[in-house]
Amino acid sequence: MQEIINRAKELLADGTVVRVLGWRIGDLPYNPEPSYFETAEDLEANFVYNGFCGANLSKYMIEGSKLEGKTLVFLKPCDTYSFNQLIKENRVDRDKAYIIGIGCKGKLDIEKIKAKGIKGILNIRGAEIDGNADTLTIETLYGEKTIPYKDAMLERCHVCKGKDHMIYDELLGESIDTKDADRFAEVERIEAMSPEEKFAFFQSELSKCIRCNACRNVCPACSCRKCVFDSTKFDSAQKANVDSFEEKMFHIIRAFHVAGRCTDCGECSRVCPQGIPLHLFNRKFIKDINEFYGEYQAGADADSKGPLTSFTFGDVEPGVTGGRR
Amino acid sequence: MQRIGVFVCHCGSNIAATVDVKKVVEMARLEPGVVHAEDYQYMCSEVGQAKIATAIHEKHLTGIVVCSCSPRMHETTFRKAAEKAGLNPYMVEIANIREHCSWIHKNIEEATKKAVILARAAIAKVNLNTPLKAGESRVTKRALVIGGGIAGIQTALDIAEAGYEVDIVEKTPSIGGRMSQLDKTFPTLDCSACILTPKMVEASAHDKITIYTYSEVEKVSGFVGDFTVDIRKKARSVDMTKCTGCGVCQEKCPSRKAPSEFNRGLSTRSAIYTPFAQAIPNVPVIDREHCIKFKTGKCGLCEKVCQAGAIDYTQKDEIITEKYGAIVVATGFDTIKLDQYDEYAYSQSKDVITSLELERIMNAAGPTKGHLERLSDGKPPKNMVFIQCVGSRCSDNRGKSYCSKICCMYTAKHAMLIRDKYPDVNVTVFYIDVRTPGKNFDEFYRRAVEDYGVNYIKGQVGKVAPQPDGSLLVQGVDLLDNKQILMKADMVVLATAIEPDPSVRSIATMLTASIDTNNFLTEAHAKLRPVESPTAGVFLSGVCQGPKDIPETVAQAGAAAVKAIGLLAKDKLMTNPCTAKADELLCNGCSQCENVCPYGAISYETKLINDHGVREERRIAVVNNALCQGCGACTVTCPSGAMDLQGFSNRQILAEVDAICR
Repeated sequence: MQEIINRAKELLADGTVVRVLGWRIGDLPYNPEPSYFETAEDLEANFVYNGFCGANLSKYMIEGSKLEGKTLVFLKPCDTYSFNQLIKENRVDRDKAYIIGIGCKGKLDIEKIKAKGIKGILNIRGAEIDGNADTLTIETLYGEKTIPYKDAMLERCHVCKGKDHMIYDELLGESIDTKDADRFAEVERIEAMSPEEKFAFFQSELSKCIRCNACRNVCPACSCRKCVFDSTKFDSAQKANVDSFEEKMFHIIRAFHVAGRCTDCGECSRVCPQGIPLHLFNRKFIKDINEFYGEYQAGADADSKGPLTSFTFGDVEPGVTGGRR
Repeated sequence: MQRIGVFVCHCGSNIAATVDVKKVVEMARLEPGVVHAEDYQYMCSEVGQAKIATAIHEKHLTGIVVCSCSPRMHETTFRKAAEKAGLNPYMVEIANIREHCSWIHKNIEEATKKAVILARAAIAKVNLNTPLKAGESRVTKRALVIGGGIAGIQTALDIAEAGYEVDIVEKTPSIGGRMSQLDKTFPTLDCSACILTPKMVEASAHDKITIYTYSEVEKVSGFVGDFTVDIRKKARSVDMTKCTGCGVCQEKCPSRKAPSEFNRGLSTRSAIYTPFAQAIPNVPVIDREHCIKFKTGKCGLCEKVCQAGAIDYTQKDEIITEKYGAIVVATGFDTIKLDQYDEYAYSQSKDVITSLELERIMNAAGPTKGHLERLSDGKPPKNMVFIQCVGSRCSDNRGKSYCSKICCMYTAKHAMLIRDKYPDVNVTVFYIDVRTPGKNFDEFYRRAVEDYGVNYIKGQVGKVAPQPDGSLLVQGVDLLDNKQILMKADMVVLATAIEPDPSVRSIATMLTASIDTNNFLTEAHAKLRPVESPTAGVFLSGVCQGPKDIPETVAQAGAAAVKAIGLLAKDKLMTNPCTAKADELLCNGCSQCENVCPYGAISYETKLINDHGVREERRIAVVNNALCQGCGACTVTCPSGAMDLQGFSNRQILAEVDAICR
């Protein structure tokens, strides 16, 4: 981690960048938060990069692009997909960002640790990125507990897109591909359900929604200046969570709006305070797009047209043929 | 709040017999904004229109709903009537209670209920309508004709005769098209070249016509009245300004193995060639694939023998950019490939040929100098079998579902010509139906049967089997006699289905003109606008729109020309005001709308935006109203809902849906 801080200080000092977008030590050992740093002192004292730095910093560069001067931004391999997609949509200014592709060995999910009955957490060892600790040692009010690193990883890391950065100015630190599960297994399980079972499944998941908008606010694809759910121009604005229909509409509309643009970064599910597996909606669209138009990974590049916003003679016409590839 | 008038039409008994119109009036009165409602027998009549005008004046109406037939029929009528009475024409909505209701229902109670709902939806929409104003765009007084066959030539001649400049773009080295390949033409049996060549000469000599041969349309942008087209003039390797057309280069060219496109591959040609003797322009091209100079760098014989110094091996493709007011598509047809019809042994025997190949064989300038002979051994045939509908009227996926229309007549022609010239040749025709409507057509076919003794058998051929002795065994069925037929033939001629020239697909894409599942260009209306494409400013001439013979093609070519002239005669065009518009405060500048816009109507500009006190430079979508056709693709793609269609806004459509579901 010191290597990262040192490099950030260098870039600040030589004037390459005027600020650093990274993660700041939180009030708990497991909740670092995205933050700007403008001085070497602040970096030295408060910058952190560890297994809990899951937050994708790409979206913050929408505002960062509007600031005076260049911003150093740290992007993990999967974050770079989001950044590319934002370049494609003219939402971030590539020239305003100095990107350090930072190493990643899988990020941690505090909810998974808590689910193991581990409470009163005082300190966590083994979440640092240095070294190859495969066990988390957790100091709690009730004594020390251990849990394998893998068992505490975010769902998205089990279906890791790979250790390569799609866009960067320089690379720092090593990454490993942590994929050990099938990305579409859960989608396939739901696809196999009867319509009634599917309805019951989504009803039970989405009825947990408290419309806190965390999923929308964190989503790099949900980058509209004014969200349709906030605009007075539409009847959909800020509808109270009065019935089960509305909460479903919110998530379904959101999934449609990000279809073809979602990079599957998994932030929606990571931040959901209710633990709703929101990424499944997006992944269903991704699976369909792959089947209809061929394998497509949003954000793998910054200039190609997406499958839903380009027309070719080879396009399937599911409405006509009902068929898939 | 609007003051809305509702006018319910009986359409004689068309509507009134199935819909209780009085009830519709009564229910409409209860809707918000409605201050007037009445019914009348024929709303579109003078009296009906006067009723609308009176109500607009007396009740100070701000919007009207006419419950009548499809807006395709009378929307314009009622808009004009409203405009005359001082109302903005876009404050008129039509509730289609005829095609969408009375014509498709029997039960009066149900149909009335539906008519009330349709009226309610239209009223809900008018409540949100705003007056719209059509803009104006200029008209470039020049037409482009794509394809230089008889259709394109005729259209170009007719437009040029009206005094407008016309450019013909033809992809092959000469104009003339399929008709130039034909020997004789039905039903008069005059020589095809004799009637076509004068037209070709006339077109090339006309001071209003510019012909680009060996050229292709590369890019089309713009819109009705103001198209910009890039034409790729392929490198001819011969300087058109110097060549005298003496033909020495072709005689001396040592590369003679290229298959002759003009003779359908039945003979070969030199690498430097004009496709046929009467070619226009009479300037050869070098086929670089077969030219020894281009393949090996050695040779250069044509350059040496050319007295005019016209050969230019360094010539490059040239892009010509030109503006046009109207575009006529005349891309014509080709015969289908026969890979799917191997039972007829086309790929196995040289003596199984297509009808177009027979045209070349019968022609004095063809591969056999006009002698009817077998291509395998050069012997004259004794027995000939013609098979109709090869790939036409097909119920499976192998061929085409449609009738190619010309085959019955040209087969009768071939049969008659052969029997006339070679009376000892037996000619048998297998057919499903003989279809010969048309002036003097059936008489022509009957002459083949009655005067020339052509043996017509109703039934299809199942198999043609080449025999070791060189003959062909034809296995067919006679449906009238209900018996199997096994006969020996020396030649078999397949009436091969025709299909639109494959180039039409890319041209349709460039023009955003729609094509049907058979790749025929779609008309704006099958009956009432048969030579116009649904894309404004694009007209259809010849077989690109559907199978046709020469007389029909020439007639349609003239019709397409008239439509194009009608457009070119205008100085200004009214544009459709129902175009997309971006809400600057909501636009993200993400380019998704630009990606899906089929008309290239959306661009971006960086603009200083004041968003409730926050001033910042933003990338904002801007719609070119003249290019936008109002398709709405952008409105559904826009994630933030910034794009909306004027006259069909999201709010209006949702209000209609709400009114229906209420």
